[in-house]
Amino acid sequence: MITTDICIIGAGPVGLFAVFEAGLLKMRCHLIDALPQVGGQLSEIYPQKPIYDIPGYPEVKAQELVDNLMDQIASFKPTFSLGERVEVLDKQEDGSYIVETNEGTRVHCQVVVIAAGLGSFEPRKPEISGLERFEGKGVSYMVKNPELLRDRRVVLAGGGDSALDWTIFLANVAQEVTLVHRGETFRGAPDSAEKVFELAQEGKINLILNSNISSINGNGHLKEVTLVGKDKNSYTMEADHLIPLFGLSPKLGPIADWNLAVDKSAINVNTFDYSTNVERIYAIGDINTYPGKLKLILCGFHEAALMCQSAFKYVYPNQKLSFKYTTVNGVPTF
Amino acid sequence: MINFIVEDRNGEQRPVEVPEGIGLNLMEVLKASDYDIMATCGGMGLCATCHVQVLEGHDNLPPVSDVELDILDTLPSAHDDSRLACQLRVDESMEGALFRIASEEPS
Repeated sequence: MITTDICIIGAGPVGLFAVFEAGLLKMRCHLIDALPQVGGQLSEIYPQKPIYDIPGYPEVKAQELVDNLMDQIASFKPTFSLGERVEVLDKQEDGSYIVETNEGTRVHCQVVVIAAGLGSFEPRKPEISGLERFEGKGVSYMVKNPELLRDRRVVLAGGGDSALDWTIFLANVAQEVTLVHRGETFRGAPDSAEKVFELAQEGKINLILNSNISSINGNGHLKEVTLVGKDKNSYTMEADHLIPLFGLSPKLGPIADWNLAVDKSAINVNTFDYSTNVERIYAIGDINTYPGKLKLILCGFHEAALMCQSAFKYVYPNQKLSFKYTTVNGVPTF
Repeated sequence: MINFIVEDRNGEQRPVEVPEGIGLNLMEVLKASDYDIMATCGGMGLCATCHVQVLEGHDNLPPVSDVELDILDTLPSAHDDSRLACQLRVDESMEGALFRIASEEPS
């Protein structure tokens, strides 16, 4: 079990900055994020886009802001569980919480801070009959360990960059790679698209265009994938693995089950300290709502600072909080 | 005024009227009209959560860019008449069009 003062759900810019504000008050943080990297939307959706409304930065690329935030909080030694989704908040008798993820990671903390943006990014699932029945039994939505696909028959579906990149990569790993795409062209990285067409011509992969997967079958484990072409002809092929790659979309997920007051997928908070209706649980950044709410990174930073002032009493119940400027005392380290 | 019709996820169609020269894109107009769309990236055309199908008037709209097509390609449910609402500026080209909201529902 991991023990910390504050468990932050969501490692986007606001969650990261909360580590800094908490650190100034000598509170330690553990962050959990469903994505395999920190930065939230900034790293996942628009890493190279410039942002113009971060105070002190006339222009900063999204990924650069994330990198800078990681530098800024490094001395507070935050710990991370990435690629995991929080499932359960378990309140303890003394008021503290144990936070549990889908991977079984458990974090004991005094305070829970939800900085989850629009929710956790989860793979988009295509409408394929039988799909969910074979999840974990041949069907997966990301390639975590390509070695598990060695010498197997793999079907990938999708037309974006990740479908192209994995097709190229797996061509040398799997026994047989088939890429199914509903269009006939790829607009992603032109180099990758060209490489995929080359591999198909050389017979190293099967490229099936103008087609969708309609159903899958198996006996406990995936065995067959059935495709339907635009010409309505269907075709069934044998396969050990199916990996639909259709990007990620944010889902509120289990947050909806935590007895928090929620209004249209956002958590209601008190603007005094960004606390929710449940003691010791705070919500900051895009996930919260209050009269006048603006979904801006800079507003989330402000919310993080006020939240920490309030959370202090749960972490250090016998201490009086005295406000200090970083210019006077510098930044403490752990 | 520019008039077009929006079909929600339940198949219900409602007319939408927008003043000319309003300077908004379709995603912004849909959100302002209380349609439930996420528009996660806020209109950069990067997240595909404002996906619409143009059931009527598709050919009158400005052509789809490669970048928009690339993002549409990441959707499992895109069709030949699919567009990203955030990439469509509301102007005369939308007169009489019929848009079906096709993006996933916010959870």
